Amino acid sequence: MSSETVDLASLLKSGFEQILADWLRVQAEEGIKRTDVISADETSRQSRTLLASFARVAEDTATDSDFDFDNPAWDPVREVLGDISKTRTERGVSPTEMAWFVASLKQALFNALRKALEDEPRTLVSGISDASRIVDQFALHAFDVYVQEREAIIERQQSEMTEVSAPVVKIWDRIVTVPLLGTLDSFRAQTVMENLLQAILDREAEVAIIDITGVSTVDTMVAQHLLRTAAAVRLMGAECVISGISPKIAQTIVHLGVELPNVVTRSDLQSGLAYAFERIGLHVDMNAHG
Amino acid sequence: MADLQDFPSSPIVTITGCVIVAIRDDLDDSAVLALQNQLVEEIDRKKAHGVIIDISALEIVDTFTGRMLAAMAEMSRVLNARTILVGMRPAVAMTLVELGMTLTTIETALTADRAMMMIAEKKPPKTL
Repeated sequence: MSSETVDLASLLKSGFEQILADWLRVQAEEGIKRTDVISADETSRQSRTLLASFARVAEDTATDSDFDFDNPAWDPVREVLGDISKTRTERGVSPTEMAWFVASLKQALFNALRKALEDEPRTLVSGISDASRIVDQFALHAFDVYVQEREAIIERQQSEMTEVSAPVVKIWDRIVTVPLLGTLDSFRAQTVMENLLQAILDREAEVAIIDITGVSTVDTMVAQHLLRTAAAVRLMGAECVISGISPKIAQTIVHLGVELPNVVTRSDLQSGLAYAFERIGLHVDMNAHG
Repeated sequence: MADLQDFPSSPIVTITGCVIVAIRDDLDDSAVLALQNQLVEEIDRKKAHGVIIDISALEIVDTFTGRMLAAMAEMSRVLNARTILVGMRPAVAMTLVELGMTLTTIETALTADRAMMMIAEKKPPKTL
């Protein structure tokens, strides 16, 4: 057997089933055991697709030291890898498992090379080093996609959180309220302001209560945001009440030298609501039901 | 009446002693001056005790528009007419706040309807 005829491409062609079986065996041995997330069938299917695509491209593209993964000829492999990576990310596969999926291909290729080049240690070494380089590139690409997907998921969750964290509710005729939770950064403050103003318009509200019971800290920035929101609410023709100012926050506000002029403040939501009732001309009779 | 016909789309009407003016979106300097002129004339002629400035058509504001509104409100106020700004869009409100023009001296209401009631009932101004 001459070294001319034994390269990765020919190996992949002649020993395809053997390499695939080897690869799947290594995968099964080496820890990809989340069959509840990705079934064995699916792993086998994904492996076959990837290997087939690899074999097809290898037929007429360099797999030796001239290997260049940036070559457009590798795009099909890139695509298959990307798809597999995406599916796995969505299922919540761990980074180790993702890395192993691709890296274990190395073992299978080495085995095939070793068998074919038993008598030619020189060629074997260079063959192994080339195969190693190729699989490493595959793994890097798969991981890139994995990280990108993860980031996309985080981004999506962030925007979902921003939306759900500022729900504006109509609490009574002509009264809307927005309970704020957690920290109030500029981005969220802007969302809160937009939602609140739109709600005032939609619900024809006369009083808007911003409840900051759930806001952990109030610094000058947060106070500034609250003031701006209050000013915009007033411009829209409604009145703004800030409720849920704890004794601690009251102290902080004064210590910081922040002033809340032209804004009605109340210590809890109940007092805020009572004030709102008064403004729209309602009276609460505590003794109505004995 | 000739003046009124020059700017037919910035209508000024008086209902039960309350002047209602709807601001158009595309006012330039001269149109603003003419409008302010018309407004004070109308207040004086009808002995109006209330002025409602409807800006629901305004989509874009700048400092010029902000100053114009403040000026119109102040003119009406010195003629002893209670002035209420109505119909501001959320985007406009946010822009004005960004520009630092919170117009704290002008009363506001969500709709012209509410403003009419406020003036009719002599409902006290909101805390400014």
